[in-house]
Amino acid sequence: MENDEVLVKVEGLSKKFCKDLKTSLWYGIKDLISGVKGNKNERVLRPKEFWAVKDVNFELKRGECLGLIGHNGAGKSTLLKILNGLIKPDSGQVTIKGRVGALIELGAGFNPILSGRENIYNNGAILGFSRKEIDDKLEEIIDFAEIREFIDMPVQNYSSGMKVRLGFAVAAQMEPDVLIIDEVLAVGDVGFKIKCYNKISEMTSKCAVIFVSHSMPQIARVCTDCILLNRGVGEYFEGDVGRAIEAYDKSFFKEESTINVISDYFSVEEIFINGNSMLKSNSRIKLSFGKQLLVNSKLRFLNDFKLSKVQFSLVITDKSQRAVAIAENEFDTKLKLIDNVINFNVNIQELNLTSNIYSLTLNVIGRTVNNTRIVLGRVLYFSELEVIGKKQESYAPVILNSKWG
Amino acid sequence: METRIYKKENSLSFLKILKESLNDVFGARFLARQLAERDIKAQYRQSYLGVIWVFIMPITTAIVWIFLSSSGTVQLSDTGISYPVYVFSGTLIWSIFKEALTMPTASTNGARGLLSKINFPKEALILSGIYKMIFNSVFKIGLLFILMLIYKVNFSLTMLLFPVGLVVLILLGVAVGLILTPFSMLYKDIGKVINLVMSFFMYVTPVVYAVPSNGLMKTFMELNPLTYVIGITRDMLFNGTFTYLNIYILIVILCLPVFMLGLVWYRLSIPVIVERLSA
Repeated sequence: MENDEVLVKVEGLSKKFCKDLKTSLWYGIKDLISGVKGNKNERVLRPKEFWAVKDVNFELKRGECLGLIGHNGAGKSTLLKILNGLIKPDSGQVTIKGRVGALIELGAGFNPILSGRENIYNNGAILGFSRKEIDDKLEEIIDFAEIREFIDMPVQNYSSGMKVRLGFAVAAQMEPDVLIIDEVLAVGDVGFKIKCYNKISEMTSKCAVIFVSHSMPQIARVCTDCILLNRGVGEYFEGDVGRAIEAYDKSFFKEESTINVISDYFSVEEIFINGNSMLKSNSRIKLSFGKQLLVNSKLRFLNDFKLSKVQFSLVITDKSQRAVAIAENEFDTKLKLIDNVINFNVNIQELNLTSNIYSLTLNVIGRTVNNTRIVLGRVLYFSELEVIGKKQESYAPVILNSKWG
Repeated sequence: METRIYKKENSLSFLKILKESLNDVFGARFLARQLAERDIKAQYRQSYLGVIWVFIMPITTAIVWIFLSSSGTVQLSDTGISYPVYVFSGTLIWSIFKEALTMPTASTNGARGLLSKINFPKEALILSGIYKMIFNSVFKIGLLFILMLIYKVNFSLTMLLFPVGLVVLILLGVAVGLILTPFSMLYKDIGKVINLVMSFFMYVTPVVYAVPSNGLMKTFMELNPLTYVIGITRDMLFNGTFTYLNIYILIVILCLPVFMLGLVWYRLSIPVIVERLSA
């Protein structure tokens, strides 16, 4: 099969929803009738309606994986429903080639009274398998779910984890060309999760995948492209998942300030990296491998602030927001609060990170007088750090100083 | 490779949608059977009386009317056959029609959770509803035949037409049900109105008594198309008078196009329903 064939093509896709139930139902009746008449008019917003998805465009080939990210209510589920053919778009078009499989709800069609074995058939039938296919795969499903002992027990006596296992085991038998995955795998124990991820990556290698998740490390690991949805409008990051994730994280902060401080206790007066102020816009710092990283900062605490000790930790995260390195001081009395201001500096002599783009975050932790630990605040992603000069083929970000004999 | 296009519908072809719909009905036989089996099994596994519940409704209605008639509370015109058999066959045919009418809404409503999550042929819901109805009806009809033996009703050749009559009955009920389903999915009022109308209609249809020979009731009953459907279906069982056979035949001829219209309408309206119920 050709590998660069476009399996999913989405052009100018829009969908509107109504905010009010009664109005929504009435529009429903109107849509039913205009639907039969073959409404050719362009659809515009009627009173109390809004665009849940507005002008989304993308293409997806076999072997590619599109991440769909955005806040709650950004339009992700609506988009998935249109792609899955459950609801019709209000304008634009979706073209999908091949079998579509959806991992959106596991265990659809289960009846709690019936046994696991019977429910495999129910679930399988809804997912589009024939009786013969299920007969053939029955043993494999039971083994995958690892619940042979309980397979003839009513599903209502299963634990939620067992239900998910069974549901996933059936769904995993699909051989789709286009796979739609919503965050279904948030349940189950670690062992089974790993099994699921392995199965999914086995499936995804053969098809085009659309993946919705709030977990950025997952998105970074799996996806090749990304769409960041914000109030229905999609920003398409083709081949640049890292930038999409950054935009997603930044989108949580309303002002366009260059640094994002989450704290009820202090504000940032100044922060420098290698002498460059990070309060100005475009705070990307370029650094060669193994060179020095120097951070100094001035934090102003609230007037009534009384703490005995403060700890700072400087966290270096990669594009998927996974922490790769940390530098922190011991709870130290040397860093004194003078007139509600703390000045500190950190010197990291050799930054042994491989070439990549990292972000810097500062966490501030305090101890109260009776020694309870509290988080005073975080300065999020205040700088982008581009390390150059050390290409690394493996994915490990840190090079350890080592001697070999 | 199969290609699907989802867009705002702007060119409709009745025949094309009908073809797709019938294809899905055919393709979803296994799913429909599986769903029907699931519901029937689950229903009876959690019950001691099990299938007996199928009989209880028509039997209680029949008993009430046998009592009313034999105690002289109500005076009824001659039915031509033994009254208990008349009443039981009437309530049976009526209950099958009523079930057919409400089934599409009930099935669709029961699958609400699925509809907004998974793309499967929706026609399977209707087909599985029909399967379930047939399952229930078989027991009721079995009981009817036992009654007919007990009351020594003459068996006649027209009885062979009875299955055909039932198919027409079910098709008609489901067709009207399909047309009403989108509305009753959106507004709960519709279902309540249907129930109300049906309980009124039972008394202007020869269910528990025959069409009187004169009077206001006769006019009402003759205006009601169900009179012909229920009446002729029963006449098939008892080789009755087959009055107004021509009107019945007209209804039979209309029944199939209306059913197809129902299928197309249902298929078109499902996305709208899903959108409005899961938004």
